[in-house]
Amino acid sequence: MAENVVEVRGVEKTYYRERIPIPVLRGLSLSVPTGDFVALMGPSGSGKTTLLNLIAGIDRPDKGQVIVAGTDLAQLPDSQLSKWRSHHIGFVFQFYNLLPVLTAAGNVELPLLLTKLSKRERRDHVRSALELVGLGDRMNHSPRQLSGGQEQRVAIARAIVTDPTVIVADEPTGDLDKQSATEILDLLGRLNSEFQKTIIMVTHDPRAAEKARVVHHLDKGELD
Amino acid sequence: MNIFGLILKNALRHRLRTMLTIGGIAVAILAFGLLRTVIAAWYAGVENAAPDRLVSRSKISITFTLPVAQKEKIARVPRVVGVTHGTWFGGIYKDPKNFFANIALESAESFAFFPELLVEPEALKAFAAERNAAIVGSALVDRFKWKIGDVIRLNGTIYPGDWDFVIRGIYRGRDEGTDVGTFYFNWNTIEQRMEQESPGRTGQIGWWIIKIDDPARAATISKAVDSEFDNSSDETLTETEAAFAQSFVAMSGTIITSLQIISLLIVGVILLVAANTMAMTARERISEYAVLKTLGFGPRHILGLIAGESLAIAALGGALGLLLLVPVIRGVGTALRAWFPAFPVAPATLITAAAAAVLVGVLAALFPSWRAVRVSIVDGLRRVD
Repeated sequence: MAENVVEVRGVEKTYYRERIPIPVLRGLSLSVPTGDFVALMGPSGSGKTTLLNLIAGIDRPDKGQVIVAGTDLAQLPDSQLSKWRSHHIGFVFQFYNLLPVLTAAGNVELPLLLTKLSKRERRDHVRSALELVGLGDRMNHSPRQLSGGQEQRVAIARAIVTDPTVIVADEPTGDLDKQSATEILDLLGRLNSEFQKTIIMVTHDPRAAEKARVVHHLDKGELD
Repeated sequence: MNIFGLILKNALRHRLRTMLTIGGIAVAILAFGLLRTVIAAWYAGVENAAPDRLVSRSKISITFTLPVAQKEKIARVPRVVGVTHGTWFGGIYKDPKNFFANIALESAESFAFFPELLVEPEALKAFAAERNAAIVGSALVDRFKWKIGDVIRLNGTIYPGDWDFVIRGIYRGRDEGTDVGTFYFNWNTIEQRMEQESPGRTGQIGWWIIKIDDPARAATISKAVDSEFDNSSDETLTETEAAFAQSFVAMSGTIITSLQIISLLIVGVILLVAANTMAMTARERISEYAVLKTLGFGPRHILGLIAGESLAIAALGGALGLLLLVPVIRGVGTALRAWFPAFPVAPATLITAAAAAVLVGVLAALFPSWRAVRVSIVDGLRRVD
């Protein structure tokens, strides 16, 4: 049996809107084995994006433990958490979030600027990642010259270029047409089946969830 | 691509805004540098004063004359190695707007007191031999297109009437800051005419120029000179040439202070312009910074991106301003040479202006960087949608 790459134990998280507490996660626990493809579903406000953010190390719980790749994220100071993210997390956003001033290759290269790789090595990694997502011929295109589906594929290339431990995707097909959404889900499925990447995906779309091996439903900050 | 490439691409993202900011900084640096040069020009007389020259004037006021008979007593003061005199003539050339200093010197030998004024020996001979000979600065020659042999008529204000002089020599400055805008002629010209027209005004000079052998003892020697005339009707006030020049600068103290305040305000204005640009930029890119943080970029990187862009814009604006500054100072110097015979582009001014641009670049990035670093990733990403 595979080891758990993600361990969420008794996590609580409360946000405050104009000083009014809004509990989002209430003692939630979750385990994700290495190489799994997990879909988190649930209505708006159920806490699925918050849970994803905690696993990605871009937010901190009020209570409980989030252990990813053997590291208790609550124990890391901000500076080390940034470094940890660059090694272990590949993030795919709903709206791609590419830098408009950079080409596809430039966007994919961004996480590599934090490494000690040479310029040539970076270029090789970027080419491999873009070829893997089927955009080897679009390296020098700017985001505005790409379709939504292509932009999201560039974003996936950016997420995998450092070979992270976990890929987290927040509604990766939420802004795409049906055709592009299918392509993106196929791509994520390939990354999981062929490259054994652990993927945790938040989605509203039941068809997207079908691509995952495990589907968890959240409601009012708790797993069903 | 590297971080510097990203900074450059970011800086050029809104080209019009960036160009306008660079233009604004350039104009401000130009104005700042120009004002600093004007202030420096005001002090040029102080800066270029010789340490071994004292100036002795009437204790009452510079506008009061002194008797020429004082020379013997001054010459006998220990450590005084030479004495000569100058007199402000106050003549007008054609029109008051053509103002320039015109000074009557004791004799051709008086030029020996001013080694920074380079005069041809033939000119000095003519100055000594001809009653109405004049030696004029090269800036005046350029300004009025004069040449050797020209007859220049000055209309006297202190010594009434028309006075004709013949240009017999042109002096140049030994140093860049030397005043080359003065009109010198022989004091005997005044003396001889006063003997005929106003005998009561003969034997009077404007101020003494005293050469000493030890600048370190200037204060003691000055005191000794003044003590010679204590309790007389023509008491003197002797000081170093620098202090004498400083007293003229002090007369314009309010103007100079105003210029200094304005120059600092200009730095403040460009700081606000640059800070506004960087604040807008950082605000627009909060979500991008959140993405970069998600990818693993730390506060140091975000700070570097914003400060780098701010510095790049300020440096480009500063460099453009400095490039324009040199020709503009030369042009303005030509236009103002009646008031500022020495209007040099001082290295200190260029360094101060460049430092002001860098300071603006750094300060303008402080608040936007602080805000961008402080915003949490979750809050930053939320601004995308």
